[in-house]
Amino acid sequence: MPFDVTSYLRREMLPHIWCPGCGNGIVLRDFAAALEKLDYSRREVVIVSGIGCSSRAAGYLDFDTVHTTHGRALPFATGIKFANPELKVFVIMGDGDASSIGGNHLIHACRRNIDLTAVIFNNHIYGMTGGQFSPMTPKDKKATTAPYGMIERSFDLCRLAGAAGATYVGRATTYHNQLLTRLIVEGAKNRGFSLIEAVTHCPTSYGKRNNMATPTDMVRWQKENSVLIDRIKEGKSSLQEGQFPVGLLHRHDAPEFTTEYLEVVKRAREK
Amino acid sequence: MTPSQTEPTPKASLDVNTKWCKGCSLCVAVCPKGILSLDGLGKVYVDKPEECIGCGLCEETCPDYAIRVIKNV
Repeated sequence: MPFDVTSYLRREMLPHIWCPGCGNGIVLRDFAAALEKLDYSRREVVIVSGIGCSSRAAGYLDFDTVHTTHGRALPFATGIKFANPELKVFVIMGDGDASSIGGNHLIHACRRNIDLTAVIFNNHIYGMTGGQFSPMTPKDKKATTAPYGMIERSFDLCRLAGAAGATYVGRATTYHNQLLTRLIVEGAKNRGFSLIEAVTHCPTSYGKRNNMATPTDMVRWQKENSVLIDRIKEGKSSLQEGQFPVGLLHRHDAPEFTTEYLEVVKRAREK
Repeated sequence: MTPSQTEPTPKASLDVNTKWCKGCSLCVAVCPKGILSLDGLGKVYVDKPEECIGCGLCEETCPDYAIRVIKNV
């Protein structure tokens, strides 16, 4: 049977609310494709999301899902994982949700290395509320709250997560479908905190303000500005100004939080 | 001579759900054979079905799950 994304979705909720050409639908497909490859039973998967365009994704997925408060998807997911460490818990957040409102939760989830798989839909802007800049809006790009261009530098969320202690960190775009699916699969298999940044595109709030009038222009921008990390490592390519690496960006081994906690419980009972 | 002998069978057929199509035209842009177009209402239609090579890029790229590629085995 070829992969059919709708078999993982609540079909009665379709078509989804995302704008024409929005990349979130593509990321959601790649996410569902990863779930198919992982072949978990539906009873063992929990998907938690925050607030924003991307966080609507949880509502479309036909699994046990929780749509939580702004920036707090990781605390809810931590509680779920803690209550039942056997569950496979995925967290869907947007760039603003993860890096701004929930930024503190993000760094501490990384530090704890709790076994969650966070997929961050990075569309570089707050799309749902009308196109305000987020901490992921690249410098000099325009937003409703930065009409002359963004003054601040943006976060490199992958480097931040790796430095904070996440044990698996990767990035792909809506142009790199198969890479994105592979990263989500490997991230889910990693026993620890995995962060996958999915660079997506918002034609409505971001593209039209930044000389990318159509969704096709935005996907072309992704293609032209991303460089596969493997090619950089092999010396076949290098990062030019404004370009970003995609692929598996960071990986290390560290003790996992729920496993460590259960060890403490065991030791305490033996006393 | 039957038509199937004169014209090669396309490698795949496309199942388009126009109710879900929002007319973003990403599929039109990614199709390597240029067989897709938008109609007057801004919905996708298969302009040259006989030229489909079944690569699946349109299905992978469609953000609205409006295209299914059915490979002819």
